[in-house]
Amino acid sequence: MEHLELFFKSIFIDNMVFATFLGMCSYLAVSKKVSTAVGMGAAVIFVLAVTVPLNWLLDQYILQDGALAWLGPEYAQYDLSFLSFILFIATIATMVQLVEIVVEKFSPSLYNSLGIFLPLIAVNCAILGGSLFMQSREIETIGLALNYGVASGIGWFLAIVAIAAIREKIRYSNVPAPLRGLGITFIITGLMAIGFMSFGGMLTSSGNKEEADTENVGVKTEMLQQEKIESTQIVEVSKITKQ
Amino acid sequence: MGLLSKKDAKLIMDPLLDNNPITIQVLGICSALAITAELKASIVMAVSVMFVLGMGNVVISLMRNIIPSKIRIIVQLVVVAALVIIVDLVLKAFAYELSKTLSVFVGLIITNCIIMGRFEAFALANKPWRSFLDGIGNALGYGLILIIVGFFRELLGSGTLLGFKVLGDPIEKTGVYSIGYENNGFMLLSPMALIIVGLIIWVQRSRNTTLIED
Repeated sequence: MEHLELFFKSIFIDNMVFATFLGMCSYLAVSKKVSTAVGMGAAVIFVLAVTVPLNWLLDQYILQDGALAWLGPEYAQYDLSFLSFILFIATIATMVQLVEIVVEKFSPSLYNSLGIFLPLIAVNCAILGGSLFMQSREIETIGLALNYGVASGIGWFLAIVAIAAIREKIRYSNVPAPLRGLGITFIITGLMAIGFMSFGGMLTSSGNKEEADTENVGVKTEMLQQEKIESTQIVEVSKITKQ
Repeated sequence: MGLLSKKDAKLIMDPLLDNNPITIQVLGICSALAITAELKASIVMAVSVMFVLGMGNVVISLMRNIIPSKIRIIVQLVVVAALVIIVDLVLKAFAYELSKTLSVFVGLIITNCIIMGRFEAFALANKPWRSFLDGIGNALGYGLILIIVGFFRELLGSGTLLGFKVLGDPIEKTGVYSIGYENNGFMLLSPMALIIVGLIIWVQRSRNTTLIED
């Protein structure tokens, strides 16, 4: 159940493109044709599925506060989490290179379809974003990490294929000249993001997102009330000084 | 500009308008959109990117002759990652609340395509001073869009600018709220950032018709 929930949440509610704007650069650059979009999307799923669990292991056994305890009790005091950016990106860059070499060796046909996209992926924010969100959301087991990687990859895949299909069609529409190309793509993506927001109600019974949102609202109203109190205090003080 | 020659000034001014990294080069959009719900966060993000891009361009430019071209991407990533760690630690030390709002997006400066894009396109082929100017110019162009988007989203979404209530108090019904104005909460949601950038592109390309695609 936990797995299923994370799976759908990562694909639809926390969709990488529409909710967090990750991987927008390649999303805009490679979405002119459906066929290339499919290739790029598949490559992203693949790389996310490999790097998220790998970075989960790194985070769990090297980076977290006290994660080095398995080396011996004297190492338990170290907190290396400030190194996570550099380690994550190094893992991603090397994994992408490795994947490229392995795929080229064992499956030339797959290499031909994914090949040109693989180098692009090392600097795709969706990949690093996947690892960083995995870290900040404190995903508990490696199974869930793998699940999260695959599901957010699928979410990204859906997004890029959908926009590519729309862009192919919209070539024949009469868009105002200054909006053609990039401008209209931005606006369509915005509209699609609004559409995806409606998935937000899907897991309300147990979704953490809703809770977080209500928490945020609570904090905000609290802050507002505090400010009000402070301002009334100031007014009172000024009245007193006038008297 | 007494300090800068005409060519150098062009390096800074070009990316502000006609070669803007976000609206024309289509670089660095990922981080630009997610954090623009508040003006303050946009400004901090712009300054962070300026630091990373300026310094990174200099470092890469200094090393341009000794980096083997096969592993240059990894070298570039390590340089950026080191600079971003500095930014992240500084933010955590001096602006903890803000670093919570920016959350993973500080880390995502590493994969901000502006940075890799400028390294590849400029710093690898130019001298350090020119690369530095190019970095600052592009970061300014990026920051400009961020600040425009952040300005509109915060003003229309929460009626504040940098946290100051410029439109009056929505609870006590002062200022414009007294005549029935309401905040448009929709502006705070992420899709509006995309639509605002789309509109900026529209305005920019109507003013300069040479930029129109197709």
